[in-house]
Amino acid sequence: MADPAQGVLQRSVAQEETQKEGRRRWRPQWTARMALIPAMMITIFCFYGFIIWTFVISLTRSRLLPVYKFTGFDQYARLFANERWWTAMQNLAIHGFLFIGGCIVFGYLLAILVDRGVKAEGLFRTVFMLPLSMSFIVTGVIWQWVMNPGLGLQEAVRALGWAGFEFNWIVRPDRSIYTLAIAGIWQQVGLCMALFLAGLRNIDPNIWKASRVDGIPVWRVYLHIITPMLRTVFFTVFILMSAIVMKAFDLVVALTGGGPGFSSDLPARFVVDHILNRQELGLGAAGAFVLLCTVIAVIAPYIYFELQKERSGRGH
Amino acid sequence: MRYNRLALYGLLCVAAIMILSPVFIMISTSLKSMDEIRNGSIFTLPVDPGFAAWSKAWFGDCAKTLGEGCGGLSSSFMTSVKVVIPALILSVGLGAITGYALAAWKMKGANVMFAALLVGMFIPPQVTLYPLIIMIRELGIFGTIPGLILVHVIWGVAFTTMMFRNFFKTVPQDLLKAARIDGAGFWRLFWHVMLPISLPILGVAMILQFTYIWNDFLLGLTFGGRAGQPMTVALNNLVGSQFGEKEYNVDMAATMLTALPTLAVYLLSGRLFVRGIAAGAVKG
Amino acid sequence: MNGVELRNVTKAYAGLTVMEDINLEIADGDFLVLLGPSGCGKSTLLNMIAGLEPTTDGSIHINGRDVTSLEPDERDIAMVFQSYALYPTMSVRRNIGFGLKMRGMLRDEIDKRVAEVGDLLQITPLLDRKPSQLSGGQQQRVAIGRALVREPSVFLFDEPLSNLDAKLRADMRIELKRLHERLGRTIVYVTHDQIEAMTLATKVVVLDKGGIQQVDTPENVYRRPANRFVASFVGAPTMNFLDGKLSQNGDDIVFDSGAGCLPLVNVPAEARDLIGRPMTLGARPEHMLFDETGISSRVLLAEPTGPDQYVRLAVAGSELTARSGPEQIFRSGSDTRILIDGARMTLFDSQSGQALLTA
Repeated sequence: MADPAQGVLQRSVAQEETQKEGRRRWRPQWTARMALIPAMMITIFCFYGFIIWTFVISLTRSRLLPVYKFTGFDQYARLFANERWWTAMQNLAIHGFLFIGGCIVFGYLLAILVDRGVKAEGLFRTVFMLPLSMSFIVTGVIWQWVMNPGLGLQEAVRALGWAGFEFNWIVRPDRSIYTLAIAGIWQQVGLCMALFLAGLRNIDPNIWKASRVDGIPVWRVYLHIITPMLRTVFFTVFILMSAIVMKAFDLVVALTGGGPGFSSDLPARFVVDHILNRQELGLGAAGAFVLLCTVIAVIAPYIYFELQKERSGRGH
Repeated sequence: MRYNRLALYGLLCVAAIMILSPVFIMISTSLKSMDEIRNGSIFTLPVDPGFAAWSKAWFGDCAKTLGEGCGGLSSSFMTSVKVVIPALILSVGLGAITGYALAAWKMKGANVMFAALLVGMFIPPQVTLYPLIIMIRELGIFGTIPGLILVHVIWGVAFTTMMFRNFFKTVPQDLLKAARIDGAGFWRLFWHVMLPISLPILGVAMILQFTYIWNDFLLGLTFGGRAGQPMTVALNNLVGSQFGEKEYNVDMAATMLTALPTLAVYLLSGRLFVRGIAAGAVKG
Repeated sequence: MNGVELRNVTKAYAGLTVMEDINLEIADGDFLVLLGPSGCGKSTLLNMIAGLEPTTDGSIHINGRDVTSLEPDERDIAMVFQSYALYPTMSVRRNIGFGLKMRGMLRDEIDKRVAEVGDLLQITPLLDRKPSQLSGGQQQRVAIGRALVREPSVFLFDEPLSNLDAKLRADMRIELKRLHERLGRTIVYVTHDQIEAMTLATKVVVLDKGGIQQVDTPENVYRRPANRFVASFVGAPTMNFLDGKLSQNGDDIVFDSGAGCLPLVNVPAEARDLIGRPMTLGARPEHMLFDETGISSRVLLAEPTGPDQYVRLAVAGSELTARSGPEQIFRSGSDTRILIDGARMTLFDSQSGQALLTA
C-alpha cells in the first residue's frame, strides 16, 4: 500500500529540485546587466570621473604636468583677471547670438519655403544640407579663401565694377568674430531646416484646411498658429545650436586661427591652447570647468524636458 | 498665385546658390593655376582646368618638405581610413548593444544611466581632454591609431546608444515578451529579432558616425601625434604652414579631397542621412 | 494537480500593492477567461503566469511544478498577444518555428511541425510571406500557430481578438472554441469583452481593482452575480439597479424605492426574511415585464435593435430599461405598466454590494 505521505514528500523534493535548477540557470537579465558594463564604465570614469579630475586640477597650480598642490580658487582668479579669457567669453556671446539667431531664422524660413509644396523638394533639401556633411575644418578653409581680402570676394566684386566695395572682416580685429557666424550659419543652417521641416510635417493638415475655410492669410497662419505650435522644435534647435557654439573649436582654428591677435578667440580654443600648448594646465582646467558650467546651465532644462516628455508619454 | 509661386522658386534658388557657391569656388579654384587665380576672380570658371593642384595636394611636393615624406594628404587619408572603420564598427556595435539592453530589459536604474549618458553627449570634449590624454598615455597607446580609435569609441558611444535606445523603445513590448516565451535569451533576442528590425537605424548610425569621426579635428589633433594624423589635421597643417608663396589651388584641392568621402556618403545615402538628423539624433 | 494553480499571489509596484492574495485553481483542460475592465489587473495576472512579470509574493504552479522562479520558456506555456507580436523580419514559417529553433530542435523536425500547424490553421499558402503582407485575421492565425507548434500544456491568450473587426472577431471566436475542444489543453484567456467570456469560457473569473470578484461558469456569472460589480459589468444593456427595501403589501411583496412601490411576481420564499432591510434591487432588462398589473411608468425613449427593443422608462423616481419584442410600439411620453420578475432578480446589500439573494 502506498503511503500518501511519501507521495507528498516525493513531490516536495521534486519541487525543491526544480527550484534549485531555476536558481542555478543563468538569467538573461544578468547578461543584460553585464552588457551595460562597458558603457557604464565610460560614463562613470571617462565622463563624470574626468570632469571631477579636471575640477581637481583646476584647484592646483599645475602647469606642464598635474601637481597636486592645492591653491584653492587661485586659477579661477587668474582666469577672471585674464584679458584674453574675457575677449573669448565676449566673443562667445556675440558669436552665439549671431550664429544661433541666424540658424533659427534662416533655417525656419528655408523649411517654410521647402514645405510650400515645391517641385524638386528633395533636390533643394539635399543642397541645403550639403555643407553639413563637411567638417568645420573644411568649412573654415573654404571661407578663409572666399573672404581672402586680396583675391577673394572683395576683389571679385570690385572687379565687377563696384570699386569701393569692402569686405575684409577676416583681417580686421573688430570684425573677424562676425566671419565665424557667417561660416557657421552656412554649415549648420541645413540641420535647422531639417528639424523645422520635420516639425512642419508633423502638423495636422486639418489645421491648414481649417485656416483656409476661415480665410486666414498664409503668413498669418505661420505667424500665429504654426510658429507657436513648433515651440518645442525651436527649443530643441536652440539647445543643439548652443551645444555647437560652446564646443566651437575647429572652425575658429581653421578660419581665423583666433586672430588677428586674439580678436576672434573662443573659450574652447582658449582651453585647448592653455592645456596643450602653453603649459598652463591649471588655468586651462579652470577655463574648461567654467565652460562646462555654462553648458550645463543651458542643457539642464533640455534634458529635464526630454525625460519629462518620456515620462508623460509612458502614461497611457 | 502664379507670382507667389515664382517668388517662392526665386527665393529657393537664391538660397541654393548662396549655399552652393562656396563649394563651387572651392572646386573651380582647385582646377585653376596660380597665375589664373592671381589675375582672375573667384567666380570665374577655370579657363584651362587641370588636376595639377590635386596631385600636388595628394602626393605632396617633395622639393618643399624637409625630412621624411612629401607632405601630401595620401598618408593621412590612409590614417583616417584606419581610424574610421574600426571606430565606426566598435562605437555603433557598443551603442546598439547598450541601447538594446537599456530599452528592452527592464532594469532598475536604466533610466538614470541613460540620463547620465545623455548628459555626456553634451559635455564639451575640452573638459575631459587632459584626463583622457593621461589615460591613453598610461595605456601606452598615445599617438597611435588604436589610441585614437579608443577615444572615438568613448566619445561616440553616448550618441549611438541614444539612437538605438530611442529606436528600441518604440518596439512593442509584446514582441519582446513573445521572444522570451519562445526561449530567446539576451543575445539571441538581440541577434534574431532586434538587430534585423533595426537595420534602418543601424544604417543611419553608421552614416552619421562615419561623418562625425571623419570630420573630427580636436581628437585627431590631440591623440593622433605624428603617426596617427587624420586628414582634417593634415589639411589644417597644410593650409596653415606653407613655405614660400601660398598656393590656394593646392589648398582648395586638399580641402576637396578631405571633404570628398563624407560628401560622397551624404549624396549616396540621401534620405538616411536626413532621417537620422531629423530623428533628433544630433551631436554637436 | 494538473493545470494551473495560483497560491496567495501578490503583486506590488514600487511598494504599491496592485493585486493581493490571489488564489485560483485552473483545472486541466479548462478554458478560463479572466474578465474585467481595463486596469483591473487581468493582464498583470496573465503576465505573472507567463513569467514575464515577477510575483511579489505567493507561488504559481503549472502541472504541479512550482514555476514561480522559472523563466517564461521553462514554464511549458505559450502565449498569443493582442498585437500578435509577430517578428516582422521573419517569414511566417520562421515565425512559427522560432520557438522550436531556440529549443535546439532539428530543422527537419521543425519543418514537419510547422507544416502540421499550417495545415491545421489553413495557413499553408502563407508560410513564405512576411507578417506585413498578411491581413489582421491571417496574422492572428500565425500568432496562434506559433503557440500551437510548441505543444505546451497551457495556452495564454492576451486579448487576442480585440484588434480584429466585428465580423472577423465572431469567426475567430468560433474557431478558438473548436480548437479548444479539439486539443483539450488548458487555456487562460484575458478579455474585457463579455461576449467572448460568455461564449468561450468553461469558467469565468471576474476581476476588479486587483481582486477576484467571482469565479464561476458563464451562466452563473450572468444569472447569479456575486456582487454589484459583477452584476453591472456583465450584461448589455446593463442591469437596472434600484435602492430601497422589500415590503409587504397584503399577500404580495413589493419593492419600495421611497418614491413608489414596484410590484414583484414569483418572489422566492427566502425573500421574506429580507423584508425591511435597506438594499439594492438588480433586475436585467429582460426581467422587467410589461403587464397590466404593474406600476404605471412613462416611456422616455425606445431603442430598437432589430430582434428586440430596449425601452427607457421613468418608474418610481428612477430611470430603468426594459426589453420588449419588436412588434409593440412605444411612443415617447406615453404611459405603460411594468413589473419585475422576482424569480430572476438579484438583491444586494446596500453597504457591501454583496448579493443577498440570487436566482
